[in-house]
Amino acid sequence: MNAGRKALLALAVPVLLVAAWWLATAGAASFFWPPLSEILAAFADTWFSARFVTDVLPSLGRLLAGYLGAVVAGVALGTAVGSSRTLRGLLEPVLEFFRAIPSPVLVPILMLFAGIGDGMKILVIVSGCVWPVLLNTVEGVRALDEVLSDTARSYRMRRRSRLVHLVLRGAGPQIAAGARQALSIGIILMVISEMFAASNGLGFTIIQFQRSFAIPQMWSGIILLGLVGIALSMAFRAVEARLLRWYTGLRTAQREG
Amino acid sequence: MTAATLGRRSPPPAWLLGLAGLAGLVGIVELAPRAGLVDGRYLPPFSAMAAALAEQAATAEFWQSLLETLRGWATGLAIAMVAGVALGLVIGGVPPLRAALNSTIEFLRPIPSVALIPLAVLLFGTDMRSTLLLVVYASFWQVLLQVLYGVRDVDPVARETARSYRFRPLTQVRTVTWPTALPYVMTGFRLGAAVALILEITGELIIGSPGLGRQIAVAQTSGAVASMYALVIVVGLIGVTVNVAARATERRALRWHPSIRRDLAG
Repeated sequence: MNAGRKALLALAVPVLLVAAWWLATAGAASFFWPPLSEILAAFADTWFSARFVTDVLPSLGRLLAGYLGAVVAGVALGTAVGSSRTLRGLLEPVLEFFRAIPSPVLVPILMLFAGIGDGMKILVIVSGCVWPVLLNTVEGVRALDEVLSDTARSYRMRRRSRLVHLVLRGAGPQIAAGARQALSIGIILMVISEMFAASNGLGFTIIQFQRSFAIPQMWSGIILLGLVGIALSMAFRAVEARLLRWYTGLRTAQREG
Repeated sequence: MTAATLGRRSPPPAWLLGLAGLAGLVGIVELAPRAGLVDGRYLPPFSAMAAALAEQAATAEFWQSLLETLRGWATGLAIAMVAGVALGLVIGGVPPLRAALNSTIEFLRPIPSVALIPLAVLLFGTDMRSTLLLVVYASFWQVLLQVLYGVRDVDPVARETARSYRFRPLTQVRTVTWPTALPYVMTGFRLGAAVALILEITGELIIGSPGLGRQIAVAQTSGAVASMYALVIVVGLIGVTVNVAARATERRALRWHPSIRRDLAG
């Protein structure tokens, strides 16, 4: 299949769907399903304005801070727990329990401790995102090739370089899988923490629109959230492809060989 | 082995360590507020949470909420499973359809499910259906993607063989596609079960549809901190149960599969 046909095939259904949405709502009088043209007009008015600075950027900033904090904490703790059998035995049930608590219920708890400021929201995002990263890192570190770690030890590789070249690299694919799960959790928590208690941000604004029955604006907010989700997932894929190039290369070579 | 040569005792069994870890956590939660390390108004001692839980367990409202939560979770998961498996088999089994829909699926999947909250509230109010919409949407993608991976994993030789023997489409699905896809379907089930619970509780918490999530929100706004923690613990225990049960179901359904057989032998 040549590239042109591939692109056509990939675009055909989305274009059809959007066209169907456009046509279905064009003449519609339904209050809840405004015409797509109206939504798009509202989108430009609503988000390409001061709101972008007052609502969208703070949301993204909190998400980024919380997410990066969770990845760093998850990898650090996961490496520690994964390399020590005793620690793992001690903490495994505790970790299972915390992972099983749906992270949104942490919002009311963390509100007690951290108020309703930015700190609370970042904390909520960290405390939700950290589990998939942590548990996947533990699994990844545990599954390291024993021959490799023995070799590293007998060559007396230093702790630091062993950590960087052997442990983190070997566990990399697993860590990436955890970080990917954490990303969607992060977006969800960002929105929820803002829906619960905030004075700005995407979640807050969208709920305000819904409560004031600004329906086209609300729809434009939903679309914006969708676009944010898609953009972040694409950015993640780009970063992952770069960091794990050795791994994807290995996999393709193995599959072809 | 090194422990034995050094003359030390072998490490304690995993369950004992795990129990010690849990006991340690309970101990910390009990002692930290009593010792004044954290504010008791924010984190009451564990005994206060346990007392609040006992109090809750005596009310009909608690059990009603628990039932509502479990019912919403099970209904949403069931709908998502049926839709995800059916669509996954169809889309995965027809290559042109798959190629055409690929971009759409990749596009729709990362849309955060909570983006639908305002829409759900407009359509259904604080009804249980609002939450159900979120639950189905979120867990549907988990199942669908796994089924698509599973269908792609079917051995081409087996598929061609079935085709040249002119198996009927349904027979082909049953004898060739389904056994290959089943492990993936079960992974989708496990992931979907966890996601469905998260969204069920989230919906109750934010939208206010009936269930344990709403009880947590009520306890929080009325300042019943110990009750709130007690309910969060209950939700966590449900989560653990769901995870364990999903994993057990997976092992049972795949007992014949090499990956599980090897696991059991080892």
